[in-house]
Amino acid sequence: MKSHLLPDFVVERIEERCNRCGVCVKQCPWGVYSWNEDKTEILIDYTKCVGCQRCVVYCPNKALIVRPYPGSYRPNAYWTKEVISDIKKQAEQGGVLLVGTGSDRPYKVYFDHILLNASQVTNPSIDPLREPMELRTFLGRKPDRLEIEIDGDDVEIKTELYPNLVVETPILFAGMSYGALSKNAFLALAMAAKEFGTLFCTGEGGLPKDMREEYGPVAIVQCASGRFGVDPEYLNCAAAIEIKIGQGAKPGIGGHLPGEKVTAEISATRMIPEGTDALSPAPHHDIYSIEDLSMLIYALKEATNYEKPVFVKIAAVHNVAAIASGIVRAGADVIVIDGFRGGTGASPKVMRDHVGIPIELAIAAVDQRLREEGIRHKCSIIASGGIRCSADVVKAIALGADAVYIGTAALIALGCTMCQKCYTGKCAWGICTQDPNLAKRLNPKEGAKRLVNLLRAWSLEIKDMLGGMGINAIESLRSNREQLRGIGLEEWELRVLGIKGAGE
Amino acid sequence: MRFVDSFLDGVRRLEEIVHQARIEGDVAEIDAKGLKHKELNDLMRFCVERGAKKLILKNVCGQRYIGTRLFFNPGVKVEIIIYGTPGNDLGAFLAGHRIVVYGNAQDGVGNTMDDGEIIVHGRAGDVVAMAMRGGKIFIRDSVGYRTAIHMKEYMDRVPLLVVGGTAQDFLGEYMAGGRVVLLGLNLENGRHRCHYIGTGMHGGVIYLRGKVEKYQLGKEVGVVEMEEEDWKFLEKVVDEFCGYFGREIKMERDEILGGNFMKLIPVTKRPYGKVYSY
Repeated sequence: MKSHLLPDFVVERIEERCNRCGVCVKQCPWGVYSWNEDKTEILIDYTKCVGCQRCVVYCPNKALIVRPYPGSYRPNAYWTKEVISDIKKQAEQGGVLLVGTGSDRPYKVYFDHILLNASQVTNPSIDPLREPMELRTFLGRKPDRLEIEIDGDDVEIKTELYPNLVVETPILFAGMSYGALSKNAFLALAMAAKEFGTLFCTGEGGLPKDMREEYGPVAIVQCASGRFGVDPEYLNCAAAIEIKIGQGAKPGIGGHLPGEKVTAEISATRMIPEGTDALSPAPHHDIYSIEDLSMLIYALKEATNYEKPVFVKIAAVHNVAAIASGIVRAGADVIVIDGFRGGTGASPKVMRDHVGIPIELAIAAVDQRLREEGIRHKCSIIASGGIRCSADVVKAIALGADAVYIGTAALIALGCTMCQKCYTGKCAWGICTQDPNLAKRLNPKEGAKRLVNLLRAWSLEIKDMLGGMGINAIESLRSNREQLRGIGLEEWELRVLGIKGAGE
Repeated sequence: MRFVDSFLDGVRRLEEIVHQARIEGDVAEIDAKGLKHKELNDLMRFCVERGAKKLILKNVCGQRYIGTRLFFNPGVKVEIIIYGTPGNDLGAFLAGHRIVVYGNAQDGVGNTMDDGEIIVHGRAGDVVAMAMRGGKIFIRDSVGYRTAIHMKEYMDRVPLLVVGGTAQDFLGEYMAGGRVVLLGLNLENGRHRCHYIGTGMHGGVIYLRGKVEKYQLGKEVGVVEMEEEDWKFLEKVVDEFCGYFGREIKMERDEILGGNFMKLIPVTKRPYGKVYSY
């Protein structure tokens, strides 16, 4: 069938700069560039271009420009080019539209409608360069009260404490599976977490056996509905276990890792035969209620001798506060709430773009609810899904989170340009692919360095913002909504966020 | 609202319950009467750490996760004999131990079990062998709903579930590997009544003794001819089944094997490969 689609991008070559070196031909996995028969000219088929910018960055002569295709249909604010293209695609192929990354729809970004406070005169700001500033964060259940015994200079905590995790900055790497990610990208996350003193989450693809000893102690291992790679050793080698109920990019549905991505090494890690689809059912079939969730939480605690905190990750959905209350009561030590901007390697577009709620509103609602019920200390909250910068981290914590997960931002640090083609397995940057020739483009050591740099930069900025507020520990920022003011928000939005308007 | 933790509230310390365990040589006997889920597992771990290789649990009544807390590195393998009714998630994440139950089991038997054996001289509830990845489960009577969901296999790790009776709906849903055998020893009119058998199945094999109509099957499974290898496999399975339960069932080995067997396998390893565009 003849395709009626317009191109997404156009490739322009600055002829006087191009010396036909052929780097673009090698770099592009989408087939945009090709040599002619006698290898004297490079042909460009820009209809195949996805805008990943790999060729532009690697062109030694800076001879390429890739930009959105300028031609379009008659301008229409309702029937946009995207809407028209989607209909044409489905009319041609008759299937569910797939996309990668988080939603790109222009919904209101609440982070961008919240402003931070700073000290002026009435309390002093703190200079983090000269004074101690604490970003260390403890994740896990806290006791109802502390009994302390003081004997001269000896101070001893008598209360038996629950297992807690320590991270040096309130930023962790979100669950992204080996299988969706290349081994090199997965390894880079693990290496960076270890070096910086934070944690990475394995996603649901298991943890390769050769990584368990070295990176198990900085891994949050996931137990999702497919239970891929979940064995007692996997659970016991880790720092914590995360039960994945849902994810922000596609709340309410499962996942399909297509058979062609299930290579020998991935099949060994997931413990399924090579070439079969790795299907994650939409629900856990042993969890149909809060009571059932509780049963799995304690099954995991039993399997790990009560030595590890158990996380429960859910997508931010309409009744998130009530659900979170149930999860705490079910025995979770940490709740991860993943907002609708959360990324993914593959999601039906309709789910990604239309299901879930913003993380800012969800965090505020959950924190408020747990405080009202007097159970906020029984769990930590991790905000996830669309954290773009250090200011988002600070705002999320001031709205009630203990820490954040970053996924998309971490991948961007590794080279991702948000072309949204993760699900094709052809990632030009070697991140989301199992093609060995593409995967080797990402050097895990260099990737880890970029990630550590990002964590360092954000941590410095967080200290600056804290110092400005006159706060010297991240703990004092948690749920400290007095430090936030809304701008351009309606009454109900301010109420849900629990913040005042700017100037109030 | 008062915070109730039904698992941990009121759990006694080991020294308060240790009198309910008696270790002699490498055999430990535990009186489970009145013990909470965690207390029983605390005692079991205590006994194994003190060298017990065989644990005899008496008066078991609903305690969950029996066998789950016995992962040791390097691995120790123990035998657990249960009298009474173990609670949900019996042998969840089981790390190679052998569990024998003289009585019925509840939901979640062998949940995400890694390796070992579970033998139940009675029936079992829902979600038996969910995401099971190795080892064997033998249930003398029938099982409930959602049996063997997402059971999976890898190389020589092929889990086996054998059920003497029948199962309820959603047997083998999303099944990705392993072998399930339903012997149908207690069928009325020789027919299984479950529906949605093997919906979304993309690996493994289900053998059914007794009749099933086409409409009872998920659309991702197909019925294929039994071959010699299948019969050899079934003979071994039935021999083992009769070895455990021979004195408790009315049928002989040859009569069981003489019944009508059906073999179900997935139509494709990629049942949902064609639902996506672009």
